[in-house]
Order: sequence, then C-alpha cells, then structure tokens
Amino acid sequence: MRIDKDLVAASATPLVLGILTEGDLYGYAILKRVSELSGGGMQWTDGMLYPLLHRLERLGYVSSLWGTSEAGRRRKHYAITPAGRDALADRQEQWSIVASALRQVWQTAQQPPAPAAGWA
Amino acid sequence: MMEQHADLEAQIEQWRGYVQRRQAISAADIDELEDHLRGQIADRQATGLDDEEAFLVAIKRLGNLDAVSREFAREHSDRLWKQLVLVPEGSDDGGAPPWRELAVVLAFAVGAGIAVKAGLVWLDGGAALARNLGLLVFPFLAGYFVWTRRLTPRVAAMLLVPFAALAVVVNVYPFASGGSTELLAILHAPMVLWLLAGVAYAGGRWRSDRRRMDFARFTGELAIYYILLALGGAVLVVLTFMALQVAGVDLEPIVQDWILPFAMPGALIVAAWLVEAKQNVVENIAPVLTRVFTPLTVVMLLTLLGVFAAAGGLADVHRDLLILMDAILVLVLCLLLYSISARDPLAPPRLADALQLVLVGAALAVDAVMLTAMLTRIAEFGFSPNKIAALGLNLLLLVHLARAAWLAVGFLRGRRAFAQLERWQTRYLPVYGAWAAIVVVVFPPVFGFA
Repeated sequence: MRIDKDLVAASATPLVLGILTEGDLYGYAILKRVSELSGGGMQWTDGMLYPLLHRLERLGYVSSLWGTSEAGRRRKHYAITPAGRDALADRQEQWSIVASALRQVWQTAQQPPAPAAGWA
Repeated sequence: MMEQHADLEAQIEQWRGYVQRRQAISAADIDELEDHLRGQIADRQATGLDDEEAFLVAIKRLGNLDAVSREFAREHSDRLWKQLVLVPEGSDDGGAPPWRELAVVLAFAVGAGIAVKAGLVWLDGGAALARNLGLLVFPFLAGYFVWTRRLTPRVAAMLLVPFAALAVVVNVYPFASGGSTELLAILHAPMVLWLLAGVAYAGGRWRSDRRRMDFARFTGELAIYYILLALGGAVLVVLTFMALQVAGVDLEPIVQDWILPFAMPGALIVAAWLVEAKQNVVENIAPVLTRVFTPLTVVMLLTLLGVFAAAGGLADVHRDLLILMDAILVLVLCLLLYSISARDPLAPPRLADALQLVLVGAALAVDAVMLTAMLTRIAEFGFSPNKIAALGLNLLLLVHLARAAWLAVGFLRGRRAFAQLERWQTRYLPVYGAWAAIVVVVFPPVFGFA
C-alpha cells in the first residue's frame, strides 16, 4: 500500500531522527532502513532525503562527519545530537496523541481494525 | 572489473556534470548524492540488473532533478540568494534585460543626486540639510528595491508611512539651533532609514531571519563597494583637478557644487546595484577581509583598553572620547555581524570562530569600561540627552555582545548550532531601529528640543 505524500512528509523528520538513535548512518542506509521498517510502503524520492538531513543539521538535531565507504569513496555519516533527541521526544509525544485520537475515532466509528494496526 | 564498468563510470561522470550546473547543489552535496547513487546501483546489480538498468533505476529513484534542486535551494538559500532575491518566485524570465536594468539604476542614481543638490540649494543652513540628507537619498534606494523586487503596494505603504512620519518629525520639531537633541536626531535618523531600507531589501518579508542575514551581508558588501567607488572617484577627481589647475582652470567650485552632491548619493545607488549584479566578485573577498580585520580589531580594542587602564579611570575623560568609543563599538558590531553573515553556518568551529569570540570579549570589556565611565559622569554631572542616548546604546550593545559571547562559547564547545548564534543577531537587529526611532521622535520633546 502506498502512503499519502503529505503523510510521508510529516513523518519524515521523526522517522529519520528515530533511525539515527539506533546508531550513526549515511544517507543511503537511512533510506534502506525506512523502506525496511515500512515493509516497502514508504517510498521516498531518494534525492529529497538530503535537503531534509541538511535542514536537521542546521537546526542542530544531527551532526555530520565525512568518512570513507568500503570502496574508498567520500561518504557523509550522520549522528543524532542531544538537541535532536529532545526534538524526537517532543515529536513522539505529538505523534502518539495523533495516533491515539485516530484509534479512538476509528473504534467508535466501528471501522474494520485493519488501518489501526498500521499505527501501533 | 573496472573496464567492464567503464560505461557506468562514464554515465555517472556525465550525471555529475549535469548536477554541477545546479547552483543550489554544492560539490560536497554532489559527492553525497553520488555515494547514494552508487549504493543504489550496487543493490540493483545484486538483484541481477545490468549496469545500464541499475543506473536508470537509481537515477529514477533519486527523483526529478529540478524538484530535488528546488528542495536544496529552499534549504540552502544562502547559496543562491542573489537569484532568489532578484527574480521573484515562479518567474522564469530572468528579470529585465541588462541594459534596461542599468538605465533604471542610473536614473535612480541621478535622481538621488538631483534630490541632494536641490536640498543644498533650498534647505539653507547646514543643520536642516543634515537632518534631511538621509531622507533625500532614501526614496531612491528604496525605489530601486521596489523596482527590482516588484513589491506590492502594501509593502510600499509599509515603507512610505514610517518615512513620511520621520520626515515630518525631523522638519516640524522646533529644534534649538545647535542643540544636542538636533545632533542626536541627525545621527539616529539614518539608522532608522537604513533598517527601513532593509524592509525594502527583504521585499517586505522582514520577519524572515534569512532575509535579515542577507541584508547584513548586503550592508557589508555595499560598504566595500562604496569605499572602492569613492576611492576610485577621488583619484580621478584629484588628477583632473591637478591637470586643470596647471592649465589655469579652477575646478574647485564645480567639485563642490556639482560633482560631490551627485557623486556621493549616486555612488550609493550604483554600489547597491553592484552588490546584487556582481555578487560573486565580493563574495570571494568578504571572508578574507573579515579574517584580516578581526584580529586587527582585537589588537585595536586591547590597545584602547590598555590606554584606559594606564590613564586610570575614565571619569574625567573628554565626552568626545565616549562618543568616539560608541562609534568604534558599533563598527565592531558591524564587523561581527558581517563575518557571521559571510560564514557557512554548517562548517564546524574553526580558529576564526575562536578569534571572533576574542573580539566579542574585548568589545564587551571596552563596553563595560565605557558604561562605568558614563555612569560616573551621570552621577557627577546629571542627565543630558547626549548621555542618555549614549547610555542606551551602550546597554543595547552590552546585551547584544554578552548573549553573542555566550552563544559563541556554546558553539565552540560543540553544544550549540551556529544557526542559534546567527538567529540571535538577526532577531536583535530591530531593537536598534526601535531605539534610534525613540531617540529621534521621543527625545526632542522630552528634553525641550534643547
């Protein structure tokens, strides 16, 4: 199932920050992880990840370091900063409120429970 | 192995060349994107695609280059602020043809000259002209921005109303001849006008931190261009002057009555245009200049501090020195603001940043000495408009510098992003405008126009 574009955009920041809490990663690995986590449901335009990462860096949520890949090429690694962790905690709270509100409204509307599973 | 993939390498090279033409995407970003592309290609190859197919899939997934480049531009607007500023969003025509732009610029420059000349002729007395000098030139500079940015009537009104109010205040107030409130109004009115010019420069989006920083950068570059133009002009005039003198013609009345009144305001408009049109020229010298002048200014401030310490106390210093020191501190602040605006916000802390902190520290020390001197003077001789104006400015500077130093320490220790330091500067700018407006509008009636 394809996820709506606006929803992908809204969840991009907490998703990237959350993935970086698992450890430092470079751009392509972050995208692979997103795809893994969503079972391939969240398809980003690959190129859009980088402006997002640079924005998070400017805001001080992530820091970057140039290293080298296995093939010996320049590769930029990203790591989450303490400010990034704070921002993530904040986003997490917001998302859980949204998710719980949606779950409740779907339960009262007696909808089939299938979409709710995606939010858990 | 390598030969097998020669085609692929050639294709990637070609792609790099294509991306390089996008001004919003820097060389480092291209390296990053290439790393991504190669990762994607390798994974596709692992699933059995050949080079060609893998490359095509990887390129497709990277997305439409125009859209990606626009995203980069949105995030890194500093890289192409000149294009963004010059050409309004959504228009592809690249603005007016060059000759038309030059003609308009020259018209504005000549207009500013005529206004100043008219002021010289009709506003008799030096003080009336001095009060109005900024007001005479401002409409032409603002007009140039209104023209290039195609500003809406709402923004134009936003400029016109404060401008008109200032013009009325400066000319209607019954200033005592040679009084200090008049001198203060003369000194502070250009400051108000300059920030108003900033609103025009930002195309009305003066609340945006980015636009404010762009304006700080613009101000610094304008100063550089103006000085260059003035120096070149001065050399020309002096040579002509000497040559004509030998030939028995006295150029002095013409220089005084015609050349200077037209050249000085005209050069300001032309410099404003040059900053925008020939952006890349100054962009490269600016960081060098700030790096040269930051340590030199530190030396200057430390020397001043040493002299003050040796003189022991400042209670009996001449009040002109205090005013001069205010000017020096404002200059230090401009240097600080300009070097911050010229810096890449994502770069890690460097020696230059440490030096900048030393500069801020030295300025803080000088400011503290000045404040004590002023307070002693006020305690001894009582209040006067001059002293309150200077005291207010010093307090504003103290707050500005102290917070800047605090944020710079955090940045150097890796605790804060540079963007925070940047934001503090841009957020604080309007405070100076408000203070200058108070000095011009409120001080004269409070102190009886003395």
